Amino acid sequence: MAEPSAEGGLSFHPMDQFMIKPLFGEYGDPVSWYTVTNLTLWMGLAVVCVAGLFVFATRGRAIIPDRGQSVAELAYGFVYKMVEDVTGKDAVKYFPYIFTLFLFILFANFLALIPSSFSPTSHIGVTAVLAFAVFFAVTILGFVKNGASFLGLFWVTSAPLAIRPVLAVIELISYFVRPVSHSIRLAGNLTAGHAVLKVFAGFAQVAAISPFAILGVAAIYGLEVLVGFIQAYVFTILTCVYLKDALHPNH
Amino acid sequence: MATEPYQQDIAGECVNTLGNAIGMPQLCDAWFGNQIFWLLVTLVAIYLILTKIALPRVSAVLAERSGTISNDLAAAEDLKRQAVEAETAYEKALADARAEAQRISDEARAAIKADLDAAIAQADEKIAAKSAESQKAIDEIRAGAPASVAEVARDVAAEIVKALGGKADAATVNAAVDARVKGN
Repeated sequence: MAEPSAEGGLSFHPMDQFMIKPLFGEYGDPVSWYTVTNLTLWMGLAVVCVAGLFVFATRGRAIIPDRGQSVAELAYGFVYKMVEDVTGKDAVKYFPYIFTLFLFILFANFLALIPSSFSPTSHIGVTAVLAFAVFFAVTILGFVKNGASFLGLFWVTSAPLAIRPVLAVIELISYFVRPVSHSIRLAGNLTAGHAVLKVFAGFAQVAAISPFAILGVAAIYGLEVLVGFIQAYVFTILTCVYLKDALHPNH
Repeated sequence: MATEPYQQDIAGECVNTLGNAIGMPQLCDAWFGNQIFWLLVTLVAIYLILTKIALPRVSAVLAERSGTISNDLAAAEDLKRQAVEAETAYEKALADARAEAQRISDEARAAIKADLDAAIAQADEKIAAKSAESQKAIDEIRAGAPASVAEVARDVAAEIVKALGGKADAATVNAAVDARVKGN
């Protein structure tokens, strides 16, 4: 937060919102891998929201759904159709994994928009695990399903023979950059948006510009709602695209 | 606020003495273990919730709904077919009834015509009998007329002769009258 410092100016700490703090015990206690932290809390809330939407809201199993059940069915149909359209009918058995990723990112993003909350998906440590999990799963699956012919993904047979080696190098580099871009896209979007929100909120302390700052916060907030959904969508659809490459490497 | 010893501790790598972040907290490797562990716990939890409860339930509901919809559509199709059948049957019944009515009226007309013809024939017969009878009477009258004329003429001639002071000889008068009447 921004607070008037001892020198009388403003000092912004837009990155403090991303700090991981132990939920119990003294602030500053060491954070080891099992420590229950604010990250644990907000990830747990995401789990609670998933359970609320998909277990509590669908408990009626109604033929004519109520609002909650409609939303759950809509989300299900949205991702199911995405997997079917992008990856193909044979990829439907991977739908639960993809749906898990989508729901986690979606709820983490949206919960992060609650003021003074914490955004797990703004952490490269979190998104990198997601992205590398996709990367390794897809690569291993590609070799298991296709054997050595999976390498045909890098050998573009539709191109003239002379430039195929060049393309192979480019394809190879782009393949290994995938998890990096995949994770940084999500974390970067979330970090930037939340940092900008905090900066605008900090400016709101100066009376002269506070109306603009608050308008700015409102505008950026609206943008962040969009970003929260779009990033979850993008992450999911890219996962589908990568999975398609693994299942059908020869296009 | 934190006391001096643990500020140099593991949190101190990422947090300064005022409790503010040093650089980007996202890049503080001291927190990676915590993030990865809880992320995996979260993902497993969501995966289990989805696969054990949510997805079977939602897909069952969706399947049931599409089944219900197709059943209802089939039932609607069936009902429509029945309605068409009922309409055909109605049309047929109407046509039958019309034909029956036509038949009955034709029969009645024929019966009436037969009765009428019989009555007319009977009446014609009666009329013919009556006119024959009349003709006979007329013929009789006509046949009797010259005799009567002769008799009247004989009487009249006898009376005239008597009136003229003659002596009416019946045989002469008869002969004269017969001759005149025949001569006519």
